[in-house]
Amino acid sequence: MKKKNMFVVLLVMLCLTGSVFAQGAVEQPKQEIRVLLANHPYGELLKTKIPEFEAQTGIKVNYESLQESQLTNKLTTEFATNSSTVDVFMTRPLQEGLMFIKNGWYKGLDKYDFSDYPANSVDIGRKAGVAYIVPLVTEWQVLYYRKDLLKKAGLSVPTNFVELEAAAKALTKDGVAGFASRGKGAAAVTQLSSYIYNYGGRYLDGGKAVFNSPEALEATRFYGRMLGSYGPQGVTSMSWENIMPVFQAGKAAMWTDASVFYGQIIDPTKTQIPAEDIGIAQLPKGPKGDSPFIVVSWGMAMSAKTKNQDAAQKFLDWATSKTLAKEGMLTNITMARDSAWADKDVRAIMNPGLVETQAHAAKNGYPFDRPFMSSVGQARDLIGEVIIESINTKGTSTKLPALAAEKAKAVDELLKTDGEYGL
Amino acid sequence: MIRQSFFERNLRYLFPLPAVIFVVVLMVFPVCYTFFLSFTDWSLTSGKPLNVVALKSYVDVLKEPRFLDALGRTFYFTFGAVIVEMVLGTALALILNRSFRGKGLVKTLLLLPLVATPVAIGIVWNLFYDPTIGILNYVLSVLHLPQSGWVSETKSVMPSLILVDIWQWTPMITIIVLAGLAGLSSEPYESAKVDGANSRQVLFRITLPMLMPTILTAIILRAIDALKTYDIIYAMTGGGPGYSSENLNILAFKYSFEYFRMGQSAVMLVFLFLVVMGFSLGVMRLRRAFEL
Repeated sequence: MKKKNMFVVLLVMLCLTGSVFAQGAVEQPKQEIRVLLANHPYGELLKTKIPEFEAQTGIKVNYESLQESQLTNKLTTEFATNSSTVDVFMTRPLQEGLMFIKNGWYKGLDKYDFSDYPANSVDIGRKAGVAYIVPLVTEWQVLYYRKDLLKKAGLSVPTNFVELEAAAKALTKDGVAGFASRGKGAAAVTQLSSYIYNYGGRYLDGGKAVFNSPEALEATRFYGRMLGSYGPQGVTSMSWENIMPVFQAGKAAMWTDASVFYGQIIDPTKTQIPAEDIGIAQLPKGPKGDSPFIVVSWGMAMSAKTKNQDAAQKFLDWATSKTLAKEGMLTNITMARDSAWADKDVRAIMNPGLVETQAHAAKNGYPFDRPFMSSVGQARDLIGEVIIESINTKGTSTKLPALAAEKAKAVDELLKTDGEYGL
Repeated sequence: MIRQSFFERNLRYLFPLPAVIFVVVLMVFPVCYTFFLSFTDWSLTSGKPLNVVALKSYVDVLKEPRFLDALGRTFYFTFGAVIVEMVLGTALALILNRSFRGKGLVKTLLLLPLVATPVAIGIVWNLFYDPTIGILNYVLSVLHLPQSGWVSETKSVMPSLILVDIWQWTPMITIIVLAGLAGLSSEPYESAKVDGANSRQVLFRITLPMLMPTILTAIILRAIDALKTYDIIYAMTGGGPGYSSENLNILAFKYSFEYFRMGQSAVMLVFLFLVVMGFSLGVMRLRRAFEL
């Protein structure tokens, strides 16, 4: 009797553990991969095309789609706890690239053909000669503006910062903000970057924080003065997702941000302003430079721990293929492949404003929009404090140099902790 | 002697076993592991394995002004919200305890904020609060009153968040107090009537003292929740503008999932744990001291 009962208990336990480990133990009849995508127009495009890939290759693709910061969180948690089953994923080279490379979470892509990509876009995801990230999407900073409002005020499109400020001043009236750009601390760091470059400054130079240099400070003061004086109310808590509806509602006359939002602000279902009244132009020149950021905002990579390397490689090749890059371009996604920009069909329908500003940024731009370091999240918050102080005082704060120096020191400390100082 | 089977002899262990396993795996282990992490310098950005560094992370965290600010804000939010919720919630319960037409409807309406999901609440309130296109500033402008930056300005962000918490959680207090009111015996009221007590005396000398145990329970429940608030703040401001609405939970989240400094984040969570624990024990002792 007793033995029989023990046997039953054992059997039940066996069944329970059996079902837990079954996934790993049983041979899959069909190849399956797990893919993490971002909530980005290109991720959306891939989702619609995945059934075609499955039909062609017989590989089953289990995908999840996540908002960008949640994607980073999920990947980091899974990789750090060594429990990841992810095979291929979308990744932000400038945000998490260094950290992921350092921890050995990306698989080296020695077989991938990178000849169709601008060299500097691949270099960002390269370490010790090995490339880890396939560039997918590029973004650069532009100026969106209201053609009708500029015309009414008798102004032409600003081409330098002096004209930008004059236009912002003239256009701030009747409940409309003359100028908008991100003011929410950490989120503003990427948008301030081009202003700093155009004033002749940098965030980091030779692995040291230099955003307290006179040039960078002057840029920060200008940015603060513009937003503090002519920006929408509450701008220090506004990122692009808060500014876009303000612009779409006709409450802002000019807006500097990444090129990626153009499609959405001319979409008649989302905006109250007729598309013909919305213009796009290159970021105005600064006193010492004309180099807006142009960055690889998204790339695709393979997990170092993938157990389905062949299938994962196939998916990566397909998802970053020339064909899909062209499809992306046709839906106004600005892809990283050179061939996609040269394509005749693409050039025929692509918005000329996008093509022109891309050409300008590709020629003159700078490939970073934030301090490129592992602790970029914390560094952005620290720089964000300086930006907010500048906006709150309309750029006049007497504390600004000391505050910037203090935060630069803190960023240097982060670089030292992470072993990246002076590199 | 009847031989009992294995199951029968061990029923008292076997039945609670699933619950025990659940608590150990999902509560005891994470808490212990967090304590362990707080003594390490585990940081994903350095790419190095974790080292046990004794109290170094504690020292780093205590030197960080953001931490002390967040600690203060955690208390500010909790006391600000819970005190108002208690007063309003109890008052509403006393009003609803009478019978009037449409009482059922009012009670149902009161329940709505409670069942709404926090993120949805955050999004809707953010729309109300939007300084440029939000309805609150529109109403203020129509009434020729000065407008506010609400959650987008450092000085008004905490009161604005507290207001949302009050809107959401006052009904819960009302419901708890209503349940308490329903359980009160009628004898003291009858004798008060005989003795000629007026309604104010009845309220302050009989109803509220008899409700005290219920109210204290509600305070504990609500305060623990408010100390740990995360969802509403994350959905509405993410801790901003700047750091001006960061409480301990938000700060710890940023340290772990944005800065990837797991050691320091664990220290903050240990403090939060101690605060919640200390508060609960304090209120329970208070309750015993007053023999409630």
